Amino acid sequence: MSEASTPTLASAARALVRRDLRLLWRRRGDALQPALFAILVVVLFALAMGSERELLARAAPGVLWVAVLLSGLLALDTLFRGDAEDGSLEQWRLAPVPLAWLVLVRTLMHWLTTAAPLLLAVPLLAELLYLPRPLWPVMLLALGLGTPLLSLLGAVVSALTVGMRRAGVLLALLALPLYVPVLVFGAGSVAQAAQGHDPAGGLLLLAAGLLLALVLAPVAAATAIRIASQ
Amino acid sequence: MPQTPHAAAPLIDVRGLSFARDELPVFGPLDFQVERGEALLVQGGNGAGKTTLLRVLAGLLDGVHGEVRVDGVPAGPAARAGRLAYLGHLPGLKADLSTLENLEYLCGLLGRRPSLGLEDALAIVGLAGYEDAPARSLSAGQRKRLSLARMWLSPAPLWLLDEPYANLDLPGIELVNRMVRAHLDEGGGALVTTHGAYAAPPVRTRLLELSGARE
Repeated sequence: MSEASTPTLASAARALVRRDLRLLWRRRGDALQPALFAILVVVLFALAMGSERELLARAAPGVLWVAVLLSGLLALDTLFRGDAEDGSLEQWRLAPVPLAWLVLVRTLMHWLTTAAPLLLAVPLLAELLYLPRPLWPVMLLALGLGTPLLSLLGAVVSALTVGMRRAGVLLALLALPLYVPVLVFGAGSVAQAAQGHDPAGGLLLLAAGLLLALVLAPVAAATAIRIASQ
Repeated sequence: MPQTPHAAAPLIDVRGLSFARDELPVFGPLDFQVERGEALLVQGGNGAGKTTLLRVLAGLLDGVHGEVRVDGVPAGPAARAGRLAYLGHLPGLKADLSTLENLEYLCGLLGRRPSLGLEDALAIVGLAGYEDAPARSLSAGQRKRLSLARMWLSPAPLWLLDEPYANLDLPGIELVNRMVRAHLDEGGGALVTTHGAYAAPPVRTRLLELSGARE
């Protein structure tokens, strides 16, 4: 048999990645929405707080994190909903590769298409909030570790609610408690750095959480999908 | 055709299978086998449990009683992988992708027979010339034909076809029958659900009548 006949982990992932990239390109306007939302929140916050540089700079890590977190929450419902509604998830479950693997690939693609553009916009947002330049690397590192963790946690919640018609508020209620530790350590590590302390503690905890979620979240989400689509 | 671990065992062997939803029996207990080169026609009115039966066999529904063996192996995700192809009411097509891209994605996920090209499969189901048309622009019947192309490319020996005749015109119905016959000739098997006997593949067929377990 040629290699095209039975999908391996790699070839199934490739098929899914190619599909998501094509869909992203067809609907490229939608892909920018989370980033636009975060920019909107930050701009409004900056306007509302007036021109007090000191105050803005002090609030900047928290505001940036909240903006990123909420925009991620906004995009969360699209993670599996489309695939549940058109029957793709059924075919995923019949595929000869583990469902958890497909969930992982899909979640990472979702992160790449919704959170990664946001990371690119962070310097602009940081500038709007007068976040001191020396803190930018810590901010970017914390977001770089934290946003995939948020996506993976979100995948579990999104999978749990995939069988419901409209999950909006429930999704937020379920996701927020899981998001709080990420927010605390993410914004906390930047705040630590701002006070001249070593931010390594918070960052290492985020990295540990990310590793744990990379292993466990896809399995949990796959199980949730199986239960939710009964 | 894919190699088979237990050439002598029936493709699917069902014993005492029953399914209940919220304690209300949907069907069963059922006993049947599908051998290679054989089709099982599942008949019954609306709500008789035809779709549920196929979803149970595909492994999409849990909480069943009874025994299902696929190729002689007790059914589980590993036993089903690559041996079953399922055509349900939801085709799993992405409206924004073209016909060819949809087929490429589904075959990448589910596997395909190396002997046949994607375009050839589209031509067989009568979608030649629609390769670049987005799936959203296709009619319901054309989408069904696209799903049939996916089944035709599938390496799985057992086809689970849920209402394959729905939305199809007369040549489409003829196409389904031709495909099922060719698949059976190659040593595959098929379960086909339908409400009536008006459309049935002209092959060695067993009949399973579902009347609905409810009184």
